[in-house]
Amino acid sequence: MTTGYNFAYLNEQTKRMIRRALLKAVAIPGYQVPFASREMPMPYGWGTGGVQVTASILTPQDTLKVIDQGADDTTNAVSIRKFFVRTAGVATTEETEKASIIQTRHRVPEAALREDQILVYQVPIPEPLRFLEPRETETRKMHALEEYGIMHVKLYEDIARHGHIATAYAYPAKVNGRYVFDPSPIPKFDNPKLDDCAALQLFGAGREKRIYAVPPYTKVRSLDFEDHPFSVQKWEEPCALCGSTTTYLDEIILDDKGKRMFVCSDTDHCRKSQEKAA
Amino acid sequence: MYVAVKGGEKAIDAAHRLLGEERRGNPEIPEITTTQIGEQLTLAVDRVMTEGSLYDRELAAVAIKQARGDLIEAIFLIRASRTTLPRYGYSTPIETSDMLIRRRISAAFKDMPGGQILGPTFDYTHRLLEFEASETPAAPVETGPADLDRTMPRVLDLIGAEGLIEAASSTSGEPGDLTREPLAFPADRDLRLQSLVRGDEGFLLALGYSTQRGYGRSHPFAGEIRYGEVSVSFTPEELGFEIEIGAIDITECEMINQFKGSAGVPPQFTRGYGLSFGQCERKAMSMALVDRALRVRELDEEQTAPAQDEEFVLSHADNVQATGFVEHLKLPHYVDFQAELELLRRLRREVQGLDQEAAE
Repeated sequence: MTTGYNFAYLNEQTKRMIRRALLKAVAIPGYQVPFASREMPMPYGWGTGGVQVTASILTPQDTLKVIDQGADDTTNAVSIRKFFVRTAGVATTEETEKASIIQTRHRVPEAALREDQILVYQVPIPEPLRFLEPRETETRKMHALEEYGIMHVKLYEDIARHGHIATAYAYPAKVNGRYVFDPSPIPKFDNPKLDDCAALQLFGAGREKRIYAVPPYTKVRSLDFEDHPFSVQKWEEPCALCGSTTTYLDEIILDDKGKRMFVCSDTDHCRKSQEKAA
Repeated sequence: MYVAVKGGEKAIDAAHRLLGEERRGNPEIPEITTTQIGEQLTLAVDRVMTEGSLYDRELAAVAIKQARGDLIEAIFLIRASRTTLPRYGYSTPIETSDMLIRRRISAAFKDMPGGQILGPTFDYTHRLLEFEASETPAAPVETGPADLDRTMPRVLDLIGAEGLIEAASSTSGEPGDLTREPLAFPADRDLRLQSLVRGDEGFLLALGYSTQRGYGRSHPFAGEIRYGEVSVSFTPEELGFEIEIGAIDITECEMINQFKGSAGVPPQFTRGYGLSFGQCERKAMSMALVDRALRVRELDEEQTAPAQDEEFVLSHADNVQATGFVEHLKLPHYVDFQAELELLRRLRREVQGLDQEAAE
């Protein structure tokens, strides 16, 4: 463990400031709370928001799991896990069941989460309306007035143009019947897992200086239309390693002749399924 | 069986070792020292201190060396270090009219009290590579008869006495601190200036340039540019009086811009302000142009150009944020890409299906 820094890198005043923002975020599900995000020793865009949230809630008794693209062994996940081992000396795990805090980028673990777990998301652009309206002054007004017409128009135009809603990840959803929010760039496959989830879900956007939350057992409804209900991705073949037909699969290109295979993106879940089958 | 990319941890360690080796270069060439950087690459150090928001020449030199000369990377190193420093309080405002002048020019007047002091500048050099540049000057440079100790009144105050230029705005109350409170829009001038001073030199240069080419034109004159040393004071709560804690080198630029008047107020020139640590003259001038451009609301002007759009300018001026988000595209995105692939294949299948039906 590196000495010379406070437990989990941030000083206690900064943690207190972030915890205040977290409490507000839990009290108003889906509302983006501005917070005084700090420069972290990893670049913006690498998960500085998630790292600040994790650092603020971490205790010496916690067991931390860090995933990127569903896997524990991707470069960014390794780097963030090492950071907390170095600055907080906490126990780490690759097993979803054994973790008390899971920090993630782009995926929700396949295994159902429990009440004693917290899922921390890294968020690049917290504002679901940003690509429809670039101005923060405007989008804050729209949220305040619950004015989400432009989002529905965008989804409708997708259907008119493509026959489908052409959003495959970072799919917008409404939290607790009030705020439309961006579940971070997870595939829409993962959206149903956010709904009525037993675990507390915290979202940190460092560069954009926003924190938001979905408290346990909160309604999260992905936006859709009666005649075009929300649906998730399906694959025509099972995972080549564990045979799963119910998980999110990554495509791996095997040669230059178009040969490819599909494997689970959640590496821990895939390994567990293989062990069970063996 | 093919196994999806494993061994990330080992690969990262190896990459870092390789970086160390590349940074050192050929071991037969003497290693550069941070003292050499601090003494001889002074303008690089000045830029890293300004955009890193930390006045520490030695740390900036260490950062430049560690970053292999990549100044944005060095700025990032300084910012990440700065954010962990304890904060004892805020200094009292520096007084730039008491500056120990090393350079002071005005493009608005041929001469004025205190005179034009060129100081160390590239301005009139011929940009010819000096292949056999002598490492040490033969004799110390004579700085001429100018009496640099006398106080030099600010040029803008000289015309201000006649009422020809608006008063320097003084907002009542404590200035904001965007490193402690997230920036909210609309932002007042204190926060705008704070954001600009740590903003990327290249970005502000391009925006300032755009105002000169007609995108938010403001008819600027370089009223005064001064570079030199100012003292910094601090009032500890337990003492209750001001003590001088050190001195810093800064560059200040005051632009005189197109005048403005109304039925009730006679026309006056307006101001744009730029400031930097060290001798970042290009930065201070660009900042002054952009500061003036961003005052559209306050001066009741029509907003037509990018440099006048405060959300656009302030949200994108920080190069540590910008480089992080641009470069994060290097991180794996294959989950989202897979989601897009699946969608695109489905859409194409449907279109091809329709084409076949039409052909039959």
